[in-house]
Amino acid sequence: MNDAQAAALSPETVLRHMKDNGVTDVVWLPDSETNWLYLLMQAESSLRLVGVSREGHACSIAAGLFAGGRKPLILIQNTGMMESGDSIRGWLLGLNVPVVLMVGYRGWTRHGVTTDTAATYTERFLMAFGLNYYLVESDADASRITVAFEEAARTQRPVVVLVGDEYHGFNR
Amino acid sequence: MMRIAEALEAFKPHRGDALVVPGRGGRYWVDLTTDQKMDVPLGDPAMGGHAGFALGLALAQPNRRVVLFDSEGDILMSLGILTTIAEQVPANFYHFLLDNEVYATTGGQPVPNAKNVAYDKMALAAGYPRAHAFEEIGDLSREIGGILSRPGPVFVALKVYPEVENQPIGQRRRWNTRSRDQVLADLKSSLR
Repeated sequence: MNDAQAAALSPETVLRHMKDNGVTDVVWLPDSETNWLYLLMQAESSLRLVGVSREGHACSIAAGLFAGGRKPLILIQNTGMMESGDSIRGWLLGLNVPVVLMVGYRGWTRHGVTTDTAATYTERFLMAFGLNYYLVESDADASRITVAFEEAARTQRPVVVLVGDEYHGFNR
Repeated sequence: MMRIAEALEAFKPHRGDALVVPGRGGRYWVDLTTDQKMDVPLGDPAMGGHAGFALGLALAQPNRRVVLFDSEGDILMSLGILTTIAEQVPANFYHFLLDNEVYATTGGQPVPNAKNVAYDKMALAAGYPRAHAFEEIGDLSREIGGILSRPGPVFVALKVYPEVENQPIGQRRRWNTRSRDQVLADLKSSLR
């Protein structure tokens, strides 16, 4: 394993946290770099994958799954999260759904010189909606995924994990 | 065309132990239901999401029928959900559509291309294995038992009269006797 791989967030780590936290269903819309995670999730018999064509659908589906006794995870990109504002408001916050949203942080640069407006507005959007969030960039800080699950369960609110490793972590 | 309440009356004897997501039909269903704790009247958390919610519920509870009364305004906002439902193939999912051709809760303005949309054909094109369309209550009453006795997913488009609400929202009768929190709490206790 080289330094770049060591610093990455591996799809195996993400999957392990999903399983450790009892996720039953992943409601998702793929972004450009999640193919390896997709292959792992597809091979994991304990997970049901529910693919959507627009991210807002993931919110209402997750609400229904939760109402029926399941533990969904939403896996989308920041662009789609912003598109989903009203669904987050109505279906997740409005129904007190304790779901974790793993959100690909497109445009995240770590150094503040952001040229992608998807990144510019991501954290502002989360603050506007009062959604708490944790940034995960590598396996070293992946434990924050579990922190997010614990917080969602404790507060009965959605909690976001921003995946700041979009450009190489999932895509070996 | 038929009245929404008539369509719900036709459904009522065939309900069995189904979970009912009444959607825009909630204000009529609340006066008809005999099993309130198995109803999930959420009002309108965010427009376009009823089908997604009902799909999630159906996937979570595969041994119970889930019956949704969606609207054409909602489904037009979320046409892509039809492909997700078709891909998941929930055998317990019964997707009724109340098509009044207007946005009734905002004063009755027409939905786009209101009179020329074949929602049943859209559902079939998205991959639903079965779909029906009814304009007359007699036809629905005759067929609904058979539709509900076969596996889903199935899409049933119903042409209903527009029953337009023109009062300001804050002055309308609150038909839902339970809060959303109470609805979900009742549902969870019923599913135990």
